[in-house]
Amino acid sequence: MPEIKKEKKSIRAQYGQTLVELGRENKNIVVLDADLSASTQTAKFGKEFPERFFDMGIAEQDAITTAAGLSTTGKIPFVSTFAMFATGRAWEQIRNTVCYPKFNVKIVATHGGVTVGEDGASHQALEDVALMRLIPNMMVIVPADCNETKQVIKFAASYKGPVYIRLARTNVVDVFDDSYNFDPHKAVVVKKGNDVTLVTNGETLSETLDCAKILEENSIKAEVIHLPVVKPLDEATILASAKKTNKVVTIENHSIIGGVGSAICELLSEKYPVKTLRIGTNDVFGQSGEQRALMEYYGLTAEKLAEKIRGIL
Amino acid sequence: MINQSNELSSDELKEIKDLCLKMRKDILMMIHSAKSGHPGGSLSCVEILATLYSKCMKHCPDWEKDCDFEKRDRFVLSKGHASSTLYSVLCRLGYFPESELKTFRKLGSKLQGHPSCTSLKGVEVSTGSLGQGLSIACGIALGLKLDKNPANVYVLLGDGELQEGSVWEAFMNASHNKLNNLIAFVDRNKLQIDGNTENVKGLEPLAEKLEAFGWNVMEIDGHNPQEIYEAVCVAKTMATPSVIIADTIKGKGVSFMENDAGWHGKAPNDEEYNKALAELEQI
Repeated sequence: MPEIKKEKKSIRAQYGQTLVELGRENKNIVVLDADLSASTQTAKFGKEFPERFFDMGIAEQDAITTAAGLSTTGKIPFVSTFAMFATGRAWEQIRNTVCYPKFNVKIVATHGGVTVGEDGASHQALEDVALMRLIPNMMVIVPADCNETKQVIKFAASYKGPVYIRLARTNVVDVFDDSYNFDPHKAVVVKKGNDVTLVTNGETLSETLDCAKILEENSIKAEVIHLPVVKPLDEATILASAKKTNKVVTIENHSIIGGVGSAICELLSEKYPVKTLRIGTNDVFGQSGEQRALMEYYGLTAEKLAEKIRGIL
Repeated sequence: MINQSNELSSDELKEIKDLCLKMRKDILMMIHSAKSGHPGGSLSCVEILATLYSKCMKHCPDWEKDCDFEKRDRFVLSKGHASSTLYSVLCRLGYFPESELKTFRKLGSKLQGHPSCTSLKGVEVSTGSLGQGLSIACGIALGLKLDKNPANVYVLLGDGELQEGSVWEAFMNASHNKLNNLIAFVDRNKLQIDGNTENVKGLEPLAEKLEAFGWNVMEIDGHNPQEIYEAVCVAKTMATPSVIIADTIKGKGVSFMENDAGWHGKAPNDEEYNKALAELEQI
């Protein structure tokens, strides 16, 4: 199990920095934002490459569809805004004009989950992974830390086809060191165990690892699987773990409907039914609050997770 | 092929007229054969597509073989339900054999109900869901400008389609980015499924609205190839994007379909089909 460094870093700043690096390497990288370039950190790219940066204003539908057009001329467009507006407002544009023709558009949405914080329910996307996972040809990735985010963004630029990447607003601790290699085909067994499988991704990975430590104090050995690529799903890694533990818990900063929980339960119910528990927001909207308070309220902190998981063992 | 003056010769006009007749017959045959489709709005834009494809655009029927492919002009059919018009002009200009026309809307066909760029070469982008073609065209125009590519982008919008709010996001975007390589047509046939556009949700004063959005606006007879051609020639000289409001008749060429919203999305039966063909022969 990797040693978690407690220093927290901005995953969004990492995204902005990686875009700049990509922009230097490849003149076909173009970036579109919808009046949130300071928050999404695409402004860094805009400053260095103003001719390849398009602030589309508060017009997400136009941003996504313009990106689709740009992709037909050989450009590799990255479109960024908050997850709520990218996947909610522009869903049909993404379905019909990005995914149906399999255009090479990358949607990197920030502010996924309840940890948007004080802005509250209108800005907290708890459905975005579900909305994107549903669309044919769409790849869905939720990286856990800065190191992985950098690799995921670079992978997206090299992959030909639509990709949705969800980033948290929260600053996150490093889970992976420099030896980590992101593999788009693989779920990552971060900690081995025999008693229960915990499947998670994004900012809840570090909480889940902390939760596993707490469970260990109760002599429960949890296997922790990080699922950066929600679709296409690495079925083999999940099934192998389920066969070992016979108990699978999913943990996500997202609705328990349609996201990681659904993806795992769909797989297990067809191929290897075992006892499951989905932890996330339970078919409710979010609300205003400080990030940590919201994590506690929705049961996503290590202590709250451990309490729930002990309940099913 | 490309005429250098601002006027089409009488031979060229005759050529377009012949092409339009073939296209109208193709459209009716395809929709009759499929027992579904959109005759009204397909017939209203025949002259626009015929003139663009035969006289205004540099394009590549043999796709990637017989022209500078990257520099081809692009066409986006934002009103994707007029797919039969697009398929007919592509077919008649050599993109695919005539025998494929009758597969329109049938299982496994390259000629999907609404255009799919992954199904048929020559279709630049997939369309069908209204309100998106202008944004796509803006994206293409931006990409071409970044590459200093001299190609132009043409987009055809329906008039009812202008009720989609995202279209106006795109109108703003195009003028903001000075996309003078973008030429939009509005097929102003004045009818949508539920009736007259002005009764459903009025568009007028349309020209003034588009001017206020920073576009060069021209109003023409959309069934007159000479006017279509001249407007495109003017548009190519502008520093702003141009929109050509083409006054058209929904169902043009078939008397009982003309100006009748009921023919927006209905196929003719055998009797109606034969009557329509007989009328076209009279023209």
